[in-house]
Amino acid sequence: MRVFDSRLWLCYNAAARWAMERQRKRYGDVHAMLQVRNLHVSVDGQPILKGVNLVVRQGEIHALMGPNGSGKSTLAKALMGHPGYEVTAGEVTFKGQNLLEMAPDERSRRGLFLAFQYPVAIPGVSLANFLRTAINVRRKAADPDDKGLPIPEFRRFLKAKMDLLQMDHRFAGRYLNDGFSGGEKKRAEALQLAVLEPDIAVLDETDSGLDIDALRVVSEGVNALAGPDLGMLVITHYQRILNYIKPHFVHIMLDGEIVESGGPELALKLEERGYTWLEGKQNGRGSG
Amino acid sequence: MGESALETLREDYAEKYGFHDPESYVFKSRRGLDEQVVNEISWMKGEPDWMREFRLRALDLFERKPMPTWGGDLSGIDFDNIYYYVKASERQEQDWDDVPSYIKDTFDKLGIPEAERKFLAGVGAQYESEMVYHNIKKELEDQGVIFLDTDSGLREHPELFREHFATLIPPADNKFAALNSAAWSGGSFIYVPPGVRVEMPLQAYFRINAKNMGQFERTLIIADEGSYIHYVEGCTAPIYTSDSLHCAVVEVIAKRGSRVRYTTIQNWSNNVYNLVTKRAAAYEGATVEWVDANLGSKLTMKYPAVYMMEPGAHGEILSIVFAGRGQHQDAGAKVVHSAPNTSSKITSKSISMHGGRATYRGLLKVSRGARGSRSSVVCDALLLDERSRSDTYPYIEIDEDEVTIGHEASVSKIGDEQLFYLMSRGLDEEQARSMVVGGFIEPLVRELPMEYAVEMNRLVQLQMAGSIG
Ligand SMILES: Nc1ncnc2c1ncn2[C@@H]1O[C@H](COP(=O)(O)OP(=O)(O)OP(=O)(O)O)[C@@H](O)[C@H]1O
Ligand SMILES: [Mg+2]
Repeated sequence: MRVFDSRLWLCYNAAARWAMERQRKRYGDVHAMLQVRNLHVSVDGQPILKGVNLVVRQGEIHALMGPNGSGKSTLAKALMGHPGYEVTAGEVTFKGQNLLEMAPDERSRRGLFLAFQYPVAIPGVSLANFLRTAINVRRKAADPDDKGLPIPEFRRFLKAKMDLLQMDHRFAGRYLNDGFSGGEKKRAEALQLAVLEPDIAVLDETDSGLDIDALRVVSEGVNALAGPDLGMLVITHYQRILNYIKPHFVHIMLDGEIVESGGPELALKLEERGYTWLEGKQNGRGSG
Repeated sequence: MGESALETLREDYAEKYGFHDPESYVFKSRRGLDEQVVNEISWMKGEPDWMREFRLRALDLFERKPMPTWGGDLSGIDFDNIYYYVKASERQEQDWDDVPSYIKDTFDKLGIPEAERKFLAGVGAQYESEMVYHNIKKELEDQGVIFLDTDSGLREHPELFREHFATLIPPADNKFAALNSAAWSGGSFIYVPPGVRVEMPLQAYFRINAKNMGQFERTLIIADEGSYIHYVEGCTAPIYTSDSLHCAVVEVIAKRGSRVRYTTIQNWSNNVYNLVTKRAAAYEGATVEWVDANLGSKLTMKYPAVYMMEPGAHGEILSIVFAGRGQHQDAGAKVVHSAPNTSSKITSKSISMHGGRATYRGLLKVSRGARGSRSSVVCDALLLDERSRSDTYPYIEIDEDEVTIGHEASVSKIGDEQLFYLMSRGLDEEQARSMVVGGFIEPLVRELPMEYAVEMNRLVQLQMAGSIG
C-alpha cells in the first residue's frame, strides 16, 4: 500500500516546498500545529475517511477541495470532535498533544476552531450573549479566578470585529443563527472566528451562500485575520475565495482520502478541468 | 428581595400589625375544616355576615364536590390534616436543621442573604399566613390606587369589594375554588382608578411555612377604565414548607381600555400541592396578560384564563413550567372569546427533566357571534432526558365561522448538533445545555422584571446542573 503522508506530499510540488521552507524559516517549527496521520473515520458504521494525512501549522493557509460527499466536512467535524464521527484508526495531534482524547470544548479552548458548513440555530440566545459566554469560558479555563470580560470592553471588542466584517451592530442582538439567511450564517461564523482568535481554524465552505459583495467582505475580513498566528484549512468548491485568501497549499480529497496536494495552481487546474482527471488516484483502489 | 427590604418588611409588620405582641391573638386553630372552623375564621376577622354566609355556602359545595379525576394525582392530600387558618403568633417555628439540604444548597448558590434564607425556609420568621407586605408608595395613594391585603380590602372598601368579589370565580366553579372560598385568608386587593397608570410593578410576597398549613390566599384586582397595572407575585428562590396545600383564587377585572399584567413566579418546595384558579375578564379594548412561571411544587394545576367579554378585548398568556424530579406541572391556559374582534395569544413552554412530567392543558373557545376573532396557540416542550415526560391537551371549541385560529405544538430534545456547536466554541456540556434551555425560555424571561429575570436564569442553570430538585 502506498504511504501517502505529509512528508511525501511535501516533496510533491516545488512551489509548495518553497512556501513551506519560507514558513519554517520565518516561524521555526515550534508553532501550533495540527497533525493528522492516517485518519480513518466512520459515521453510523459507514467508513467515510480512509486514511487522511495532513499538517497545518500556524501561519499557513491550506485549501481543501473535493467533490460533494468526498468527506471534507467529515474531516472538519472529526477534527472538532463530533461525537457521531468515530475515529477507527489514525492519530491527530494538536500542539503536540493527542487531540482525539479531548472533548470538543477542550479542543476549542486550546485554540482549534471550526466554521460550520451548516451552523445550527440556538433560538433565544443572542449572538452577543453567546460570544461573551464563549470568551468568558476561555478566560476562566486559563485562569479560574477570572471574573469575565467587563461588558463595556466586550462591546467595544465585538463592535470592532463586526466592523471588520461590515456587520450591522444590531445583528449582535439577533438570536444565534435563528432565521439567519444562508449568507448571514456564514458571516456570523466568520465573526466567531474573528472573536475567538484561534490558532488553527477550519473553514467549511464559508464562501458558499455569500453573494458577490459579501464574499469579498468576508474573504477580506478573514484575510485580515490571517498572519503568523493563525493556520487555516479552507474547505471550498470554488477558486473565487482563493483569490482573496491566498493558500500556500491546496489539497484535493476524493472518497475520503487526500489524493493530490500542491500549490495554488492546483485550484486553478480544478476550476478548469474538474475532478475527473483524478479518478483512480485513491490509495485504497489503486493498490488494494 | 434584599436584606434591607426584609428589614423594612419586618418593621412595617411589627408596626402595622402589632404582631410583636403575642398576647394580641387568642385564636387557637385546629386541623381540618368544618362549619365551626369556618365560623371561627370569619369571626376572628370580624367579617360582615354576608361573607360568613358565603364561606359556609362554599364549604358545603366543597364537601359535596368530588375530587377531580383528571390532571395530577391528588390522592396525597389529606384535607383533615391541614390547618386552615393560623395566626402568625401561634405558629410552630421550623428548625433550620429540618430544611432539606437541596433548598439550603440553592440558597447558597443563589447567594441569598442569611436573614432572607431563614425567612424563605420558614425558620425565624414570625409572620406567614397573611399578606404582610405591601409596598405602597406615597404616590400610589395620591393616585387613588388601593393596594391592600384582601382582608383589609373587605373591611375598608366593603362596597367595591362586594361588587366584584367572586363574580368571576364563584365557589361552585370547582372543588378547590370552593375550598378557597370557604377558608380564604390574605392575598391582595387592588383597585386602580380610571386613567391611572401604575408604572412600578406591584409586588406581594406570600409565604407559607407552618407544618401542614394550607394557604388560601385570595386576590382581587379591579382595573378601572383606561388604567394600567402590573402585579407580581412569588419569588424565584425556593420557598420551603413541609407537606402542604396551596390553593389560591385570583380574579382580575379589566374594564374598558385598561391593561393588566399579572406575573407569577412559583417556586414552592417540591412537596407542595399547588392548585390555583386564576381568571380575568377583559372588557372593551382591554388587555389582560398572565405571565405564569412554575418552577416548584410537587403538583401544580393551574390554567390562567381570560374571558374576552366585549369587542376589541385581548388576552395573552405566557406559561412556562419546569418539571424536575418528582414533579408534575399540569399547567396551561384558557381563552374564551365572547365578543367580536377579540384576540388572544397563548405561548406555553415546558421543560421536563430528571423524570419530571409537564402537561399543557388548554382551552380555546370562540362563542357564536364572536366574529373576526383571532387566536394563536403555540406550545413548545423541551425534553432533557428519556425518563421525562411531556403531554399536550389542547381543547378547542369554536362556534363561529369567521375566525382565525392558529395552533402549533412542538416537542423537542436538545439536539446533539446544538450541543456540539456550542461545545465547539468552548462551552462544556453543562454550559451548552443550560444555554439552550436559557434560550428556550428567553421569550418569557424577557417579560419579567429585571431582578426576577437575573435570578431566573441563575436558577435554570442550577436546575440544569441537577444540583437541586
Ligand atoms: N450519518 C451518516 N450516515 C451515513 N453516511 C453519512 C452520514 N453523514 C455523512 N455521511 C456521508 O459521508 C460522506 C461525506 O460527507 P461530507 O459531509 O463529509 O462530504 P463533503 O465533502 O463535505 O461534501 P459537500 O461538498 O457536499 O459539503 C457523504 O457520502 C455522506 O452522505
Ligand atoms: Mg461539506
